[in-house]
Amino acid sequence: MFLALPLLLYATWVLYPVCKTLWLAFTEWDGISPTAQWVGLKNFRLLFRDPVFWKALSNNLVWIAAFVTIPVALGLGIALVLNGNVRFNRFLKIAYYLPMILSFSVVGLVWSWIYHPASGLLNSTLAGILRILKSMGAPVNPEAAFNIGWLSNPRLVLWSLIGAAIWRQVGYVMILYLSGLKTLDPAVLEAGRVDGAEGWKLFRYVTFPMLAPVTTIVVVLSIIDALRVFDIVYVMTRGGPFHSSEVLANFMYTQAFRNYMWGYGSAIGVVLFLLSLGFILIYLRQIAREEG
Amino acid sequence: MKRLFVLALVWIGALVWLMPLIGALAVSLRTNEDLVSRGFWSVPEKLTLANYIRAWEQAGVSQYLKNSFLITIPAIAGILFFSSMAAYGLVRFRMRFGKGLYYLFIAGMLLPFQMLMLPVFELANKLHLYDTLWGLILFHISFELGFGVFILRNFMRTIPQSLFDSAMVDGASEWVMYRKISLPLTLPALAALATLEFTWIFNDYFWALVLVRRDALKPVTTGLSTLMGRYATEWPVVVSGGILAAIPTLVVFLLLQRYFIGGLTLGATKG
Repeated sequence: MFLALPLLLYATWVLYPVCKTLWLAFTEWDGISPTAQWVGLKNFRLLFRDPVFWKALSNNLVWIAAFVTIPVALGLGIALVLNGNVRFNRFLKIAYYLPMILSFSVVGLVWSWIYHPASGLLNSTLAGILRILKSMGAPVNPEAAFNIGWLSNPRLVLWSLIGAAIWRQVGYVMILYLSGLKTLDPAVLEAGRVDGAEGWKLFRYVTFPMLAPVTTIVVVLSIIDALRVFDIVYVMTRGGPFHSSEVLANFMYTQAFRNYMWGYGSAIGVVLFLLSLGFILIYLRQIAREEG
Repeated sequence: MKRLFVLALVWIGALVWLMPLIGALAVSLRTNEDLVSRGFWSVPEKLTLANYIRAWEQAGVSQYLKNSFLITIPAIAGILFFSSMAAYGLVRFRMRFGKGLYYLFIAGMLLPFQMLMLPVFELANKLHLYDTLWGLILFHISFELGFGVFILRNFMRTIPQSLFDSAMVDGASEWVMYRKISLPLTLPALAALATLEFTWIFNDYFWALVLVRRDALKPVTTGLSTLMGRYATEWPVVVSGGILAAIPTLVVFLLLQRYFIGGLTLGATKG
């Protein structure tokens, strides 16, 4: 009785849509006409020959690679420092947390300004630095800084987006590690110290291995978040210019709602699903292990 | 010496991390002409709140924010209600599929939610919920059940069985036990869940994009995109809108930080 209503909601709005998308991926449909046409594997065959798909996939992989290294290292490092007795501890923590509280639409908006060529914070600051260098006699042209198109240069744009996303991600990783550090057994750390482990050694052979469960969760969550990233790309570039910052989720959205290719869009969704499935299972196994 | 170096790095990092927000605040207080003609790194001619007023009134941030609250508050109420019921059911009645159901809920919360996009859009259309706040609310309640059940079930499991046994002897029904025992004892977890869900739903962009089209119904997340398009050349107004949009979640976070962090860590690592 207690489960009936919640399950009904969950089945209608979550389970049924998942199954429906799995089915739609094998059909051709514009979302408007009365019936979807079964076409077998056609969507997947087309997808694997679509250069935009490969671009989006490789961008997602770059995003994953960046997400499991930079924010994890930064978040862990800062957590280690702030876990000790540091003055203004609370202020420092809040400084790193704050971006995490903001929606991606606010993050995207603020960073669109930061990256703006003529009036953005980044180019203004670069120009300022170059001006100082020039006044010291270096042969540089400060005005050149205003030509850097962080979001319009196809070679920079993906990294610009990832930079904004990392800004938001570090605080989250830090929170998870801070709480992980609190659960460590001080007796074991003490034993490590007695055995002569200090600084880097203590971290490498005692603290870090003890944090392994946290690291697993952090890495898995980072990968899943990097796979399904959408908001920040859509807000800042819509995948452009020329698909150079395309990701799978945005590609799917465009195919379905701009080009009315629901079957094709669903096939992209299924690829996303299959890519995350393994990591979802790792997460579930970790949870099951903690349950004992 | 080494320690001092590390501390200095953390401080510099913190300032770099705050810089985008400080910069945004500085821009929002200046006029567009001042900024365009003299650049960011200059002493402002004068400080003004005019950008905020324009963003609030003309650009419609006040309306967008109101919509965000109209979506978020009923959605949180629904999430707390339904996920506590489901968690109670999972904990109290040992069913054959209990554990499987529980994992199904967790798996849902990790799903690439784009998987749901098209059928949810279609379903909302069929039920005449497309382009209404109720469609969005209903979807959020259903989708967030996964996380809610995950948090609440773990917390409810720690309630000793003897409490229920003695209540049963006194002739209490399941409904009474749910209300009088489980809910009060789960209060800390409910608070953490509510705080987290507030930020998540308030910050949701994707589903607002998929399920709401009318400008009058847009929450502040998709509303900001409209604003960015309309005021593309006036960064001070755009940035002011962004800051106004961020205030509710910032206030909730600063006031309820303990619950927020408690909830996040409950979700990821159980101590």
